[in-house]
Amino acid sequence: MKIAIASGKGGTGKTTLSTNLASFLAEKQDVVLVDLDVEEPNAALFVKGDEVEQKEMFKKVPKWDSDACTLCGKCQEVCNFNAVLKLGDEVMVLQELCHACYACSELCPSSALPMVPVRMGKLQYSKKDNLSMVESRLDIGQEQAVPLISQTIDYVDSKFDKDTIKLFDSPPGTSCPVIEATKDADYIVLVTEPTPFGLHDLTIAVKTMRLMGKRFGVVVNRDGIGNSGLIDYCEKEGIDVLARIPNDRRIAELYSHGELLYPHISEFREQLEVLATKLSEVKKDVQ
Amino acid sequence: MKIAFTTTGKDWASLIDPRFGRTEFIVLYDESNEELTYIDNREDGEVEHGAGPKTAQKLFDLNPDVLITGNGPGGNALRVLEKLNIKIYIGAGEKTVKKAYEAYKAGQLSES
Amino acid sequence: MKEIVVISGKGGTGKTSLTATYSFLGGKDVVTADCDVDASDMHLLLQPDFGNPQDYYSGFVAEIDKDACIACGKCIDVCRFNAISSDYEVSPINCEGCGYCQHVCPAKAINLEEQNIGDLYVSNTKLNSKLIHAALGVGADNSGKLVTKVKNEARDVANRLGIETLIVDGSPGIGCPVIASLSGASYVVLVTEPSVSGFHDLKRVYQLVKDFELDAGCIINKYDLNLEITAQIEDFLSEENITHIASFPYDERFSKAMTQGKTIVEYDKWDLNELVKQSWNKIQELI
Repeated sequence: MKIAIASGKGGTGKTTLSTNLASFLAEKQDVVLVDLDVEEPNAALFVKGDEVEQKEMFKKVPKWDSDACTLCGKCQEVCNFNAVLKLGDEVMVLQELCHACYACSELCPSSALPMVPVRMGKLQYSKKDNLSMVESRLDIGQEQAVPLISQTIDYVDSKFDKDTIKLFDSPPGTSCPVIEATKDADYIVLVTEPTPFGLHDLTIAVKTMRLMGKRFGVVVNRDGIGNSGLIDYCEKEGIDVLARIPNDRRIAELYSHGELLYPHISEFREQLEVLATKLSEVKKDVQ
Repeated sequence: MKIAFTTTGKDWASLIDPRFGRTEFIVLYDESNEELTYIDNREDGEVEHGAGPKTAQKLFDLNPDVLITGNGPGGNALRVLEKLNIKIYIGAGEKTVKKAYEAYKAGQLSES
Repeated sequence: MKEIVVISGKGGTGKTSLTATYSFLGGKDVVTADCDVDASDMHLLLQPDFGNPQDYYSGFVAEIDKDACIACGKCIDVCRFNAISSDYEVSPINCEGCGYCQHVCPAKAINLEEQNIGDLYVSNTKLNSKLIHAALGVGADNSGKLVTKVKNEARDVANRLGIETLIVDGSPGIGCPVIASLSGASYVVLVTEPSVSGFHDLKRVYQLVKDFELDAGCIINKYDLNLEITAQIEDFLSEENITHIASFPYDERFSKAMTQGKTIVEYDKWDLNELVKQSWNKIQELI
C-alpha cells in the first residue's frame, strides 16, 4: 500500500509526520519511507540507518553526433521546448530545457542525436531494523525535479514487494513535482496548519487531489494556533480529519534538534495511533 | 561594426529592454552604412521555456559584433551567444537606444 | 531599480509573513511581487483588490480529433509520458506538450492547445501600493515562466510609477521557479530557522545564490528554539560573508497576526514589531 504525505503550503509538518509515522509503524511491520522532496530532502536528518546502496541517477538527453548529421534542421523543428537549436553548421542541445520526449532523437533521419545519460542527482537506500529509507537528492543547478522523482518511485517498486507499506514524503506545493510524487499513491494524507495560509493552500491541494481522483484525508498540525476556519472547511467539504496534533513549543524544539517526537511527547504518540488505525481501515478498503 | 540592442521599440528614441530572452524588439545598427533596422521578438519572447536561446539564435543570423542590453542574457542564452564571439555590454537599461549607443561609445557601459 | 528577493529553501520559516511586512513598511515606495506562485499567500495579508486580471497561458496539451483519428496507435507508441489511453483520450495531467504525437500522426488528427492555467493580477493593496500576483491552476507546469512574468510585470509597473524598490516573495526549493525568482535580483534575503532541516536547506539554496554571484543577508527566525544551531548558522554566515541582518525570537503571535490577516507590525505593539522594523531599515541600508 502506498501512502503519500503532501500539503499545499510548505513547512506544515509533512516530513515531521512522515518520519515519525514511519518509525512508529516500523515497530510492528516492514515500512519503507521514500523522501521525494528531491530539491530539499530532509527525512534522513531524522531517521538514520545503515547504508545499503547509493547510486547516481541519470536522465537522458540528446547528444549531437556531428559526423552523422546532415544539418537538415528537423530536430529543431520538432522540439517544442527550444532545447535543440541549429546554429549555422552546428546543432546545440540545451540540456536543462530538454523534457526527454525523444522526438528529435527518434525523428532524426540520420540518427545523429542519440539519447545519452546525464547525471541529475543521487539516490541513497539505508535500513534500520524494519524501517527502510530511500532518499533522492537533486544536484544543485538541475532545474527539473520530476525525472528524479519518477525514477525513485520506479526504484522503490523494483526493490520492495507490494505488502511493505510505502510512505512517500512529497515536495510542497501543487504543481508537477507533487503530481508526480502522488499520482501512484493509494491514499494521500494532506498535512496543514489551522491558519489562513494553511487553509488557503489546502484548498488548492484538495482541488488537485480531486482532479486526480485520489482518496485523501487531512492531518491538522499545530492545532490551536490559528482559528477554526480549517476544521469548518473540512466539515463543509466532507473531508476526513484523520488526526489533530497539538501546538507545542516542545515539539518545535525537539524537531529543531532532528529528534523524533513520539518517544517524548505522549499527545503526539496518541495522535499517531489514531492515524495508524484510520490508515489500516483505508488499507482494507484499498485491498 | 554591427551593434544589436534589446529594445521596447523600433528606433533611436525607443527604450532599451533590460531583458534579453524576452525582449520585445532587437534593433540593429550598422555603423558602416548608418542603417538602423529591427526585428520583432515578441512572439518568441512569449514561449514558455527557452526564450533566451531562441532570441540568441536570431542574433546568430544577424551576426552583430556587439550586443547592448540591460540585465544581461541568462545561462542558456549565453551558451548560444558564446558561439558568436560577440561582445556583450550591460547596464543600458532605462536609456533610449540613442543614449545607450552614446554611453557605449564613451566607454560608460560594463562589459559582461 | 533595486530588487530584493526573499527566499528560504525550506518552507515554513516565515518568508511570506516577513515579505508582506516589509511590503507594508515600504508602503507606496515599493512594488511587491508574489512569485511563490504555487502557493501564493501574500494576498491574505495585504488584502489586494485583484485588479487588472489577465489570463495566463502556458504549456500545451495534445487534443485528438476523434473524427479524423484512424486509431493506428502511432501516437500511443511514441508517447513517453503515458498520456494517451488505449481509447485515444489524452490525460492533461500527464501530457508534457512535446508534440511528438502530432508529428507522427498520419491522419493529422492531433493539435496542441495552449492551456489557460491561471490568472495574473496587478492589484492595489490595502495601503494603495501595488502587488503583482498570480494564482496558478492545479497541477500546472510550474515553469519559471509565470514567475518571470510576475516579475516582469512588477518591474514594468515600478518603472511606470517611478518606484525604485521591488520586493519579491520567492519560491521555495532550488529548482526552476527559484532560479527564475533570483534572476535580476540586486539583493537576496534568506529567511531561515535554527533546525537541522532549516540549516540544511539554507546551505543548499545558498549554493544557488553563490552561483549567481548575488549579495545576500540572512534572517534567523525563531532563533531561541535552538541556540546551538543558531550559533552554527551564525558561523556559516560569517564564513560565507553573508550579512546577518537580524534574529527574531519564536513567538506564536507571528501566526496570530497572520490569522487576523495582519502583517507583524500591524498586530499590537510588541518588541518583535521593533525588531522587524529595524531589520527593514537595515535591508534598505544594505541595498
